[in-house]
Amino acid sequence: MTSQVNSAEPQTAEAGTRAAVKETKRLDRVIIRFAGDSGDGMQLTGDRFTSETASFGNDLSTLPNFPAEIRAPAGTLPGVSSFQLHFADHDILTPGDAPNVLVAMNPAALKANLPDLPRGAEIIVNTDEFTKRALAKVGYAANPLEDDSLEAYRLHKVPLTSMTIEALKDTGLARRDAERAKNMFALGLLSWMYHRPTENTEKFLRKKFAKKPEIAEANVTAFRAGWNFGETTEDFAVSYEVAPAAKAFPAGTYRNISGNLALSYGLIAAAHQAELPLYLGSYPITPASDILHELSRHKNFGVRTFQAEDEIAGIGAALGAAFGGALAVTTTSGPGVALKSETIGLAVSLELPLLIVDIQRGGPSTGLPTKTEQADLLQAMYGRNGEAPVPIVAPSTPADCFDAALEAARIALTHRTPVFLLSDGYLANGSEPWRVPETADLPDLRVQFATGPNHTADDGTESFLPYLRDPQTLARPWAVPGTPGLEHRIGGIEKQDGTGNISYDPANHDFMVRTRQAKIDGVRVPDVAVDDPDGDAKVLVIGWGSTYGPITAAVRRLRAAGRSVAQAHLRHLNPFPGNLGEVLARYDRVVVPEMNLGQLATLLRAKYLVDARSHTQVTGLPFKAEQLAAAILEESADV
Amino acid sequence: MSEAPVVDHPQPGGFPSLSLVPKSGSKQSMKDFKTDQEVRWCPGCGDYAVLAAVQGFMPELGLAKENIVFVSGIGCSSRFPYYMNTYGMHSIHGRAPAIATGLSTSRRDLSVWVVTGDGDALSIGGNHLIHALRRNVNLKILLFNNRIYGLTKGQYSPTSEVGKITKSTPMGSLDAPFNPVSLALGAEASFVARTVDSDRKHLTSVLRAAAEHPGTALVEIYQNCNIFNDGAFDALKDKEKAQEAVIRLEHGQPIRFGAPAEDGLGSKGVVRDAATGELKVVDVAAEGTDGVLVHDAHAASPITAFALSRLADADTLHRTPIGVFRDVERPVYDADMADQLERAVEQRGKGDLGALLAGNDTWTVVG
Repeated sequence: MTSQVNSAEPQTAEAGTRAAVKETKRLDRVIIRFAGDSGDGMQLTGDRFTSETASFGNDLSTLPNFPAEIRAPAGTLPGVSSFQLHFADHDILTPGDAPNVLVAMNPAALKANLPDLPRGAEIIVNTDEFTKRALAKVGYAANPLEDDSLEAYRLHKVPLTSMTIEALKDTGLARRDAERAKNMFALGLLSWMYHRPTENTEKFLRKKFAKKPEIAEANVTAFRAGWNFGETTEDFAVSYEVAPAAKAFPAGTYRNISGNLALSYGLIAAAHQAELPLYLGSYPITPASDILHELSRHKNFGVRTFQAEDEIAGIGAALGAAFGGALAVTTTSGPGVALKSETIGLAVSLELPLLIVDIQRGGPSTGLPTKTEQADLLQAMYGRNGEAPVPIVAPSTPADCFDAALEAARIALTHRTPVFLLSDGYLANGSEPWRVPETADLPDLRVQFATGPNHTADDGTESFLPYLRDPQTLARPWAVPGTPGLEHRIGGIEKQDGTGNISYDPANHDFMVRTRQAKIDGVRVPDVAVDDPDGDAKVLVIGWGSTYGPITAAVRRLRAAGRSVAQAHLRHLNPFPGNLGEVLARYDRVVVPEMNLGQLATLLRAKYLVDARSHTQVTGLPFKAEQLAAAILEESADV
Repeated sequence: MSEAPVVDHPQPGGFPSLSLVPKSGSKQSMKDFKTDQEVRWCPGCGDYAVLAAVQGFMPELGLAKENIVFVSGIGCSSRFPYYMNTYGMHSIHGRAPAIATGLSTSRRDLSVWVVTGDGDALSIGGNHLIHALRRNVNLKILLFNNRIYGLTKGQYSPTSEVGKITKSTPMGSLDAPFNPVSLALGAEASFVARTVDSDRKHLTSVLRAAAEHPGTALVEIYQNCNIFNDGAFDALKDKEKAQEAVIRLEHGQPIRFGAPAEDGLGSKGVVRDAATGELKVVDVAAEGTDGVLVHDAHAASPITAFALSRLADADTLHRTPIGVFRDVERPVYDADMADQLERAVEQRGKGDLGALLAGNDTWTVVG
């Protein structure tokens, strides 16, 4: 399933750019994993290869995987950082199950990643790092490059470090500085192997190191040396072409985008479409911090970013800004949501629009800061005191984070409520091509602030009732300070219906609790679409959030093997789509794959009395399509 | 994107910190700031006096009252916003400075006040208080200090004296208390003052100074809880005792207190001990007046203000300075944040959403 697919005829190389003696093979897809020490620059290398691949027009999907420690002890297994990229000449959904090519910068990277490699995969190792000491550090008794333990693979032994130093010997750079460019040598070699365009990488390096031109030139030189090495060495006899995925994409302008970047842009776009200033109150936390970084760069859009003293102050400031009429956002991960819970409850009570962006990671507690999980669903759903319903929206792919942010903003602004946006580490750091939308096509999110009295008493006196609701949306008026005549006080104590005055009246509390619930239950969300091409499936696979790619890839495999399987994916977790009960009832078996211990399945069972079968994985990594396909088959074997 | 949703044309006024806040079109009276809500503090509570003083002072600001916001946390004093006919939010325990920071930094056309207590500001909300102070957000924080928990019915607070017998400390509390003025000065506060609920004239003068101050102003108000900690500040209120107990700080004036000396000022003065650098109280008849410190609220260094905040005897409250300890100008967070936005537009032009979304690295698929 994961091997490289070779076309029948080798391609002739482009004249003048590469040695004509070398063979070029055409592949339909490739999975490459760059692995090295945390300090080896593997994420940068992967990012650059991704950019080259995106601009070449392949479909792609990426999976960065790195430790929480900034620089774990060098050369150790916990310090290994990797970046996996899947690219193809057709539409793909996941970063791939198993790499076809592993670039291992040291023994730790080889040892940590070898179990994921299928037989026949290519391994490119940096032999310079395979010293006795480095081998011993990760428990290799013998050098695996010298015994026959890697027999099943196509091994390329390349002295990356020494060749980089050799290439840079005339630059006058210290050995240590020169050595650091070895990742660019590797990138150059891989760029040659897969016919990647190179101009943008050179441009990128010159810009990145603009203040240190000698470092910039050293990196460019190492990059070119890697390319030339591929072209001249006999060790690499074949290079590969993966044609652009022209058919996978509808016409349009595309760029590569990660989930956190798409989400940031979605927030800016939402504020733009609402004609409100964007206000972010946040506290740094992995894997959400990049949204704070990104938004802080766009002050010329009127975006205010406030790095607070803690998670509570982050959401507090956002709520204050919401009271003042901003599109207010707080960004965090699971532990931060726990700290923000009381303020979310206040926002429920105040009925002000507020976006709570949770980039989920492994839990409980500090858990796995850099690994993915979707185990905050029930926290988002229920993690507050009292009856405190909050709508939940979950993006399904990195690029979808853009649209999901707009959708969350729509619900918050229309219904005057906090809204959860549940992304996760996999979406946040993963990337894929994104068709850049036309701004004219974005939804209109404009809101009407209250401007005058909304109530006339029997005696004709006019007044403003801050909790008089819109009969359709049940939203209360948004009367921002500065509006004459609408001075009013709101708070977390139960309020009298209409006036908003403090009320401890039993019947009023009962009414208000039910009304707040009814408001959220009444949020209009689109019906869930069911993909059932044969129309005769008895099994429905339903997921939510970032499992979309792996589930869809697994379902495709099953269909390719002749199985009839229906698929549905939920973007709205609260409220659920109106047709969901009917959809679930249509199938004999409902399988729910999740990266938690069955949280969506619990909700579906409770609400719809459906005997949903949970398939769960909490490894901190996304599902692999092949394993998931097998699991779905197993869960539905008796249907 | 609009900068702020509703802004009339601001007119500069006498209060530099409020220059962006629209003025009232008509003359206001105390009545304009009262709400129709029944005030629910215990009869005899010091909060009534503070409320009356604030309502009485507000017309002096002459601000459009729709541009005034009171934000509070939880506790007896935090019911305050319900009784002010302005915009208001009664939020959650300890978080008012954080919420007010978001409001103030996003809406510079508002005059934002925080009402809090010793438990709210110094226990559960201590973190937010010190960070608001160091940032110098344009907030006026009124800290009602009654040295007890009232709303939860009488536990000791972070300002209660050591050994205090309360419901939760039947054998006496073990905690050393905070001195709110010392704490604020240590947190880089640009304005710190102390006043007393029962002295309306002094309270109003401190409110005025706080309102004039650009940046965070912390006003500690000694406030009597007649139910759970009655008489906590009697030493400062009793006419005879107060002469010995209260040191009234006035900028530019020698720091004198006690029964009047021949020159009509207090018979005691605060001097700096030449040997230790500490402040001490001397009898001016014996030591003369030359060495008596002249209060400088605008001193760049907070050292003397801090030393003044340590003068009081924690048990008897003798030698308690009241008035403005420190009032210095430094950059205001709200203004700096707005400046960065303006500079970003100057440098890069107003944000173009289409250009942002497209980025620099696109490719085109032709259908």
